Amino acid sequence: MSATALQVAAAVREGSRSAREVVDEHLATIEAREDELHACNLVTADAARAAADSIDAAVRRGDDPGPLAGVPIALKDNLCTRGVPTTCSSRILEGWEPPYTATVVERVLAAGAIPVAKTNLDEFAMGSSTENSAFGPTRNPHDPSRVPGGSSGGSAAAVAAGYAPLALGSDTGGSIRQPAALCGVVGVKPTYGIVSRYGLIAFASSLDQIGPFATTVSDAALLLDVVAGHDRMDSTSIDAPHEPLLPVVDRGVEGLRIALVDELVEGDGFQPEVLDAVDRAARALEKAGATVDRVSVPSARYGLSAYYVIAPAEASSNLARYDGVRYGLRVAGEDVAAMNARTRDAGFGPEVKRRIMLGTYALSAGYYDAFYGQAQRVRTLIIRDFARAYEQYDALLSPTSPTVAFELGARAADPLAMYLSDVCTIPTNLAGHAAMSVPYGTGEGGLPVGVQVLAPALGEAVMFRVARVLEESA
Amino acid sequence: MSRLTRADVEHVATLARLALTDEEIEHFTAQLEVILEHAAQIATLDTHDVPPTAHPLPLVNVLRADEVRPSLPRDEVLAMAPAAEDGRFRVPRILDAP
Repeated sequence: MSATALQVAAAVREGSRSAREVVDEHLATIEAREDELHACNLVTADAARAAADSIDAAVRRGDDPGPLAGVPIALKDNLCTRGVPTTCSSRILEGWEPPYTATVVERVLAAGAIPVAKTNLDEFAMGSSTENSAFGPTRNPHDPSRVPGGSSGGSAAAVAAGYAPLALGSDTGGSIRQPAALCGVVGVKPTYGIVSRYGLIAFASSLDQIGPFATTVSDAALLLDVVAGHDRMDSTSIDAPHEPLLPVVDRGVEGLRIALVDELVEGDGFQPEVLDAVDRAARALEKAGATVDRVSVPSARYGLSAYYVIAPAEASSNLARYDGVRYGLRVAGEDVAAMNARTRDAGFGPEVKRRIMLGTYALSAGYYDAFYGQAQRVRTLIIRDFARAYEQYDALLSPTSPTVAFELGARAADPLAMYLSDVCTIPTNLAGHAAMSVPYGTGEGGLPVGVQVLAPALGEAVMFRVARVLEESA
Repeated sequence: MSRLTRADVEHVATLARLALTDEEIEHFTAQLEVILEHAAQIATLDTHDVPPTAHPLPLVNVLRADEVRPSLPRDEVLAMAPAAEDGRFRVPRILDAP
């Protein structure tokens, strides 16, 4: 295992390693594996080397180079980076260079991190395998015949393959946690509103949240501490100071009340090794001093159905902006309407069109109340059921994904089978809560299994403590 | 739920401004039907008197002082447009010719 972000930053800060050496080492890893994995849409090698040199100059001058000094980081290619192509893995944005930079990217840069790549994703973050990228799929570093999960499959694969100790992704229904589980790394979906979405290209705005990937729980806390906090550029950003997580991750779980969620461990499609990992995780937490129970969150079983109405509805509205007028692709038409429709047909891939169609249908006259209205009321029920569970428990436990990484192409022809990959992760997004995936042993084919720790809104401190104990016992 | 027809899909494609091919319309008619059937499971829940949740946070309007601040540089923004003219986005004809 290569050095953690904490180790790299400490070495660079004290001058025992140069940022340039660290970056060159990671660029060499990218060079060695990228042809096979295709985790990146763009490797920003020259900019990374230049940034490393300026970090080293700051260290020599005696300036504070920041808590992420010299740490390579991979950025999901739906995070705007000024002057650097940002594609969302879509033809409709190919060649577009944003005129501004996402707040999270500004913050990691200010902390001394060094972006090395823009990572591949399912087009507009819609998918669970990264096969929906217009630029071809990413492969799982543990077994290149398998998918890395998605939609942040490029970021997960990049961290798993040692391209960078850290990455940022976005999670709308599991797009950080599920690929983290499938690639054997840590992935966090923070509470809605603690990380600014400014500069994250929108998919479903009431569900989207940016979060970290790392090889360790402490590294994930370090990165979340850097990117969290209020931002005036995002009106849904919570206007309260972020309580740093890194100082509390090692406080243990003595006395914490934890429960497995019935609805997220029952049903078809769960591999036995995955359920076994959750049981082992529960026993490890008991051994560390927590109580572990079972709890029912009855409406959670309707999460998937509600999500596949709400997310496409919001997406159909958000993606109306890709109309061939202001940025990206344009296909000529005799009038504006024809130009719009032809541009969108040529620029969007099949999954994006499918979701726009679904969402437009769910919002259309005659169906609005039966689909969108009902899904929003079910969302309320899910929030109420979780609130009841969190009256009794500090954190909840489930698998992250019902299965280990599947073969490329295995679910590509059946959208519903693909959507079921996210059955355990979706309820957290609907509730706006926090959850994270921690690697916990292996399953079928020796592939990584992830255990999910769920916490209420702003429950990150407890969630990270539980995750840290799991990491130690894995 | 009534069956999704090809005409429904064509209508939705028009609303969504997607110039779908015949093949795509056929594909989506079958696929959307399966997905909507799954989504229709939520219809079985009793939500009488349950208010809808549009957003996980209790959102309120965020106000700020009405001060002039820098915005995106117009030249850079227009440089990324498929067509621009005289500092504006250029598009094909919008209204029918007289």
